[in-house]
Amino acid sequence: MAKYKMHMLVCGGTGCRASASDMLYENLKKEVQDNNLEDDVQVVTTGCFGFCEKGPIVKVIPDNTFYVSVEPDDAKDIVAEHAIKGRSVKRLLYTDPAKKEQIPDSKHMGFYKKQIRIALRNCGLIDPENIEEYLAADGYEALGKVLAEMKPEEAIQEVIDSGLRGRGGGGFPTGIKWQIASKVDGAQKYVVCNADEGDPGAFMDRSILEGDPHSVLESMAINGYCIGATKGLIYIRAEYPLAIKRLKIAIKQAREFGLLGKDILGSGFDFDVEIRYGAGAFVCGEETALIHSMEGDRGEPTFKPPFPAQSGYLGMPTNVNNVESYANIPVIFNKGAKWFASIGTEKSKGTKVFALAGKINNVGLIEVPMGITLREVIYEIGGGIKDGKKFKAVQTGGPSGGCLTEKHLDTPIDFDNLIAAGSMMGSGGMIVMDEDDCMVSVAKFYLDFTVEESCGKCSPCRVGNKRLYEQLELITQGKAKKEDLDKLRNLSNVIRDTSLCGLGQTSPNPVLSTMDNFHEEYLAHVTDKQCPSGVCKDLIRYEVIAENCVGCTACARNCPVNCISGERKQVHEIDQALCIKCGACLEKCKFNAIAVI
Amino acid sequence: MTSIKLKLKDSEVQKLKEICKSFNNEHGELINVLHGAQEYFGYLPAEVQEVVAEEMNIPVAKVYGVVTFYSFFTMLPRGRFPISICTGTACYVRGADKVLDEFKRILKVPVGETTSDGKFSITCLRCVGACGLAPVVMVGDKTYGRVTTDGVKDILKEYENED
Repeated sequence: MAKYKMHMLVCGGTGCRASASDMLYENLKKEVQDNNLEDDVQVVTTGCFGFCEKGPIVKVIPDNTFYVSVEPDDAKDIVAEHAIKGRSVKRLLYTDPAKKEQIPDSKHMGFYKKQIRIALRNCGLIDPENIEEYLAADGYEALGKVLAEMKPEEAIQEVIDSGLRGRGGGGFPTGIKWQIASKVDGAQKYVVCNADEGDPGAFMDRSILEGDPHSVLESMAINGYCIGATKGLIYIRAEYPLAIKRLKIAIKQAREFGLLGKDILGSGFDFDVEIRYGAGAFVCGEETALIHSMEGDRGEPTFKPPFPAQSGYLGMPTNVNNVESYANIPVIFNKGAKWFASIGTEKSKGTKVFALAGKINNVGLIEVPMGITLREVIYEIGGGIKDGKKFKAVQTGGPSGGCLTEKHLDTPIDFDNLIAAGSMMGSGGMIVMDEDDCMVSVAKFYLDFTVEESCGKCSPCRVGNKRLYEQLELITQGKAKKEDLDKLRNLSNVIRDTSLCGLGQTSPNPVLSTMDNFHEEYLAHVTDKQCPSGVCKDLIRYEVIAENCVGCTACARNCPVNCISGERKQVHEIDQALCIKCGACLEKCKFNAIAVI
Repeated sequence: MTSIKLKLKDSEVQKLKEICKSFNNEHGELINVLHGAQEYFGYLPAEVQEVVAEEMNIPVAKVYGVVTFYSFFTMLPRGRFPISICTGTACYVRGADKVLDEFKRILKVPVGETTSDGKFSITCLRCVGACGLAPVVMVGDKTYGRVTTDGVKDILKEYENED
């Protein structure tokens, strides 16, 4: 590879691409060419940097200068100032909102300070479409080491010793899973990578596949060697076109380099990977459902046992792991199980990637050591709540999880503590909510999702969740009674205890945890027929506060249904019969003259 | 099933047969075949499913079962400019439901349907992974971030003179 003096890394993740980072990349390349700097400056498209809030991101190495919200037209300045004159473009640097000072490089940003990047180690650093860059970052070294120096059982022991637990949600020890699969005999065993990321609000698997696809291929090969499988399958959502494209490139390159295929690195071990497409079904994240889907059927789960390790894809022993779990494997072999186990808490080792989103200043993808507190995540990494509002809750675990509140802010985050708090790790979505969010509506939102995604095979999930949703609907409409809350809880318990698979067993969690943590709010809906957060349309009305209204007509002009009347400089009035409660008037009023009652 | 009745052209039937054949008519490849068929037709009407079932020698009921199970497959044609509103959690807490209501109000069609001129269709999708830009709306392949209810009109205006 040529030696460059400077690298300009442009984020090519989905978020930044949506803000024209591909055009920015082209412009940077053109500027570099126009200034005859091709031999000195390399422009690279990388995977996600994680700091999606301020995308598109450009990072310049060696000095680690971190530019945020870069537009395609900024390419000229970056090349003219940074590459030629050697000084950073001040206006594109990140400004710390608290200290109001510009931060020259990523190492000093609050967002990155507490992060430890293991699974995301190469995202935002290497060109995911170039295997040589992965090789330069110790890529395929772990596979080489395992094939040359270790017996399968030794390699499995290393994974067990690392304490790695499945990152897809359940938290089952990965090494134990491999050990079970290794002991079952079968004519053809399979290794499956579960990339059917369906939790709304979690996008870490996609970022890993887009930013570092080789790390997953390398781990699948190691997995294959350990359990005696020669075939690997990646089950990926068809909705992830960029990840699919980069995976295909990676598989092709790995084959060309002899890192997939026959007799890998002269070891006599054969292993190859194929891609299978999902078609949009949340339940296919469940491993038995996923296997049925790969066989071309409806993705309905089946009762366990038999576990996939005994009878999986086409009836053969199959080991299924999630993308993020796989992304950790090469590091465990390169740095040792001991090193990995030194990070995290007693029973949850290593790091976890979270998709931090919602009402928070720094939305993005973060990787933090297990045991970090919510307070550190929200206030130090996340930069606090948006618009100076008050923190209310954070939802983890998606439709299977629950809400954590103020009292959980200092609880160390790990698999077991989250379950004890009535939520779960899930795939790592972390949605922050503020005082304006109604928790009954949030529970209803998740149930709406579950009802739509229930496969319909077992009745507790198919019928029960629908009834649960209808109950919640009545509550948000002010049509429920206090006794209905008991019914809600009873039904939740029945669904949890009697559903066939994980989807149904965890679907009442959003209801139960909001009922436990925000009981007052439920009571307000059923007894006072009020929505304290002002969200539930049937329980609120918008009114003009006469003494504040100056008659600027802003509300009337912006009302989509023309239900606000009033002359200029006169107090306005809202026709309640026509109002659709969209809240546009409240947003537009600069005089605090619209109130939610 | 859909009320639309159509007669497939011979060339279309031929193309479908080719898609099935490219996967060796194997039962296990049904989902991949359907992906291919939808890519070609834009949707999967009953007539297409019948051809696929015949070619792969599986019951039409099973094909229909698979098509209706997965949200990615659709039996109704989408608009020339399909609008997808992300209703993932991050977008939801940042007001995606209001944006969705505004699209429905202006275009006068419910979710999953297409305007009578066939120009726009509205669907919801779960998380495009651009949560930093929430709420997110996609029109075809183009992504719009931080969409407000006011912004809905502006997005539709971009397609006013296109067809």
